[in-house]
This record gives sequence, C-alpha cells and structure tokens, in this order.
Amino acid sequence: MDRAKNHFITNSIRIKNEEIFLKKDTILSLDSKIDFSQFLKDSYKKLALNYPKYHKMDSLCKLGILGSTVLLRGQDFKANTALVLSNASSSHDVDIKHMQSMESIVSPAVFVYTLPNIVLGEISIKYKLQSENVFFIEDKFNADLLVDYSETILNSGKALSVVCGWIELKNDQYDVLLCLVSNNGEIPFTKENLEELYRFENE
Amino acid sequence: MSDLRTELKQSIIEQLNLEELTIEDIDNDDSLFGDGLGLDSIDALELIVLLEKDYGIKLTDPNQGKEIFISINKMAEYIESHRTK
Repeated sequence: MDRAKNHFITNSIRIKNEEIFLKKDTILSLDSKIDFSQFLKDSYKKLALNYPKYHKMDSLCKLGILGSTVLLRGQDFKANTALVLSNASSSHDVDIKHMQSMESIVSPAVFVYTLPNIVLGEISIKYKLQSENVFFIEDKFNADLLVDYSETILNSGKALSVVCGWIELKNDQYDVLLCLVSNNGEIPFTKENLEELYRFENE
Repeated sequence: MSDLRTELKQSIIEQLNLEELTIEDIDNDDSLFGDGLGLDSIDALELIVLLEKDYGIKLTDPNQGKEIFISINKMAEYIESHRTK
C-alpha cells in the first residue's frame, strides 16, 4: 500500500443510467427514456466531442472515447500515459451483432470491433498515446487488480500517468468508471478510494 | 444528378456511419479516400460488401477497389456496366 502514496486520482468520470459525472459532479443528465444508442449520440453532441470517427465505432469503443475525452479534457498528460482497463462482458454486444450478420454478408466494420482491447487502440489513436496498455476480463469490478497493475507501470517509470477503470457493456446496459492517475491530485490512488468512486452511483 | 449517384451517396453515409455528412456535402467527383471523405481501409471493405449486397457485383480482387472507389462518378460508372441486380 505504501507504494501508492505518491500517486493520486487526478480526475474521474462515471457513466451510468443516462448520466455522466466528472469527479462526482453531474455534467450531463439525459432523459432516462432514451435508448442506449440515442444516449451515445446525444452525449457526443452535448459534450462537443467533435470526432467523426466516433460514429463508426462499436458501443464499447464509443463509451471509451466518450469517457476518456471528458476525463482528459484540459488535463496535462504525456504520450506514455498507460491504459489499464477492464470489464466483465468483453465485447459481448458487438460479438452478438457480428454473429447475427453471419447469416448474410459479414460486415468488416463490425468484425473489427469483436475484441474488447480495441477500445485501447481507439483511445491511443485519438490521443496519440504510445504506451503500455492492457484490458482485463474480470467477473466484477476489481480495484485491487487495477491499483496493483497501474502502480507497477507507474513505479517502473514507463508511464507518468495511467488511465484505469471499468468499461462494462452488456445488452445495452453500461457501467463506466475511468480515472486519470498521476502525481497530481488530492485523492490518494488506493483500492479503497477507487472502490468508493465505483460505488458512487452504483448503490 | 442521377438517381444512382444520389442512392450511392445515401448508402455510403448510412453504411459507413458518416453521420455528420449529408448528400449535399458529397460532390460526384470528390475523392472518397485521402483528403476527400477521408475513408479508411475498413470502409473500403464495407464498400466491397455494399457492391455485392446492393448491386450483385462481387469483387474477387480487393485491389480492383482502388480503381472503382475513386469517386461517386467512378463508382456509378462501374456499377452501371457491371450490375447484376
């Protein structure tokens, strides 16, 4: 635990139930009656993402781009910023879509997203990151793993900051927590603090 | 503007999720790749699928796409002379 004392949760974003929170403050709250794809479209417009490639992505990558864009806006980070992400359902939704498309002519644009780690690539492309990255599949949110792996990267000197968190998507139900971890901030990067951020809006 | 060219623009916008473009934004001679619409290699594969699904044209050599997917006009000319449906 001592190793974590010099690193802080510099910024955090939570996306759940048609709402987006930045450091627990609501920055976007949409009608709970809209469907998931409309939520992704409306969020893009209202948060001025201005990244047309977003529309070509699968929903998991859209959540990753939406979350990372808001998380990193105005933040000081380098190209070696590492990505340590996780979820429980891998690329479930786009896998189903791909399986259904196999009844006729398969869509290459759907197929290319049938791995969860593609979201790492999309975020890296958008921010020109050249860094360590990893995507874990876990039964549930695992703060221990995220803190341990992120700390290992930070302490190795390979990265000055890490974006870590959870991007879960299954049957259009989404649950996202992303944190920017660096030497700057007030909230120590600990398992307890990460869990507390995850529990926010989850209870 | 011919119906086929308009139809192609609409299909490309829908199939390639070019949500921020309208038919009016695409000129018949605009480059589809590079500095034009900025399509990428995955889009090229989607265009091959589009030719097969909508016009019954099966490209066996993906390199053919380089000559066909230059612009809406070039695509329309190819479709008019090769379509099977």
